[in-house]
Amino acid sequence: MLEVLPFLPLLLRGTMVTVALALLGLGLATALGAIGAVGRLSGGRLSAVVVRAYTTLVRGVPDLVMVMLVYFGGQRMLNDIGALAGWDHVSLPPFWAGVLSIGLIYGAYLTETFRGAYMAIPSTQSEAARALGLGRFVTLRKVILPQMLRHALPGYANVWMVLVKSTAVVSVIGLGDLVGMANDIGKSQREPFLFFGFVLLVYLSITWVSNRVFATIERRIAT
Amino acid sequence: MKPELVFQNWPLFLEGLWTTVHLTALALVVGLCIAVPAAFLRLNRVPVLSPLVDGYVALFRGTPLLVQLYMVYYGLSQFDWIRDTWAWILLREAWWCALITFALNSGAYATEILRGAIAAAPRGELEAAKALGLRPRQVDRLILLPGALRRALPQLGNETVFMLHGSAVASVITIQDILGAGRHLNARFYLAYEGLLTAAILYMLVTLVVVTAFRALERRYLRHLRMDSAPRTRELPAMR
Repeated sequence: MLEVLPFLPLLLRGTMVTVALALLGLGLATALGAIGAVGRLSGGRLSAVVVRAYTTLVRGVPDLVMVMLVYFGGQRMLNDIGALAGWDHVSLPPFWAGVLSIGLIYGAYLTETFRGAYMAIPSTQSEAARALGLGRFVTLRKVILPQMLRHALPGYANVWMVLVKSTAVVSVIGLGDLVGMANDIGKSQREPFLFFGFVLLVYLSITWVSNRVFATIERRIAT
Repeated sequence: MKPELVFQNWPLFLEGLWTTVHLTALALVVGLCIAVPAAFLRLNRVPVLSPLVDGYVALFRGTPLLVQLYMVYYGLSQFDWIRDTWAWILLREAWWCALITFALNSGAYATEILRGAIAAAPRGELEAAKALGLRPRQVDRLILLPGALRRALPQLGNETVFMLHGSAVASVITIQDILGAGRHLNARFYLAYEGLLTAAILYMLVTLVVVTAFRALERRYLRHLRMDSAPRTRELPAMR
């Protein structure tokens, strides 16, 4: 067990990378999910078709495939665009490829979460707001969104739980996240069991803390 | 883009497709076999066994599949005493490591799915079973389990897709599955997207087949609930 101690700073740095990746990925996913939900709900036929294509296609692809596609394909695409625009070489680091792919994947799931939350609110709510003379924007901000929060939270929490574990696959394209660090150290020290065991514990703690946080928020909102 | 290379190498992808499909299918079947007793142990508390099952479920659902796979493939081989047992015949093969890990992972998720479905059994069914004089064991086997499997169908469908997608990590430990074939093609011809894009399309097609198959199953076994008229969206398996 004590063999872990000298490597604790490295592992901690890896944990920070993992958490940052997960949080930024969640941020991008939330933005994409919000745009997607708006596109399906209020837009015209074209935007609904585009969003449906996005959610259906993205949800058919495994996270690891998406990560590699974005990393290798995205790099090539950047080079091709760069050649046309006359930029210097632009590189796509594994971290940002990871944020991009995780955002893309879970944005598709959050689109459904947000859309479901919106549809769970009776239309009489916005009709009543209108009757009271509230404008469109105020209705959305003061009447619809607070109620949506309650319906969206369980789905949102679930996406976060899956997303955190999804970050592990980004280590495959060479990111020095928790899993990547433990893999390197474990191999060089010939103690893979010990270091992957440490990784399991870190993920379990993240899951446990997240569970607590979301349970607290849900309790607050419910009352 | 050089799509002709993909077509010239179609046997590679066909083999990969077969590997992915039968690895996933086996893992799901073994997982379900684990889940049935485990789900009952979660509900009917038995000393020692029930807490063990709780721990198993929490561990496998709370950590990434990739790390679980590394743990079995790299982690276990570090111990000489494991290398000396019969288990080493299986554990030195990447394929068996993947199957064992995936089955255990899928088993943990399926346990939670089944537990929920069993707990959701209508009280009337239980009362009727008792009134007919069935013993508790018989109630579990004849009433609760078949009903729970039916109710769990939509979530088991989601879990199937989840496992199918999760199985892509097998390519990291040298298994030539769909993604393995795509990476192989990319590496051999020094390509950026072709192999990966083909892999992505193949995964989409298999996903479509799985979703359609489960829709058909649901239409048959959940007819009394008129599930086919309700709009369904694919969700992630519930984690909490």
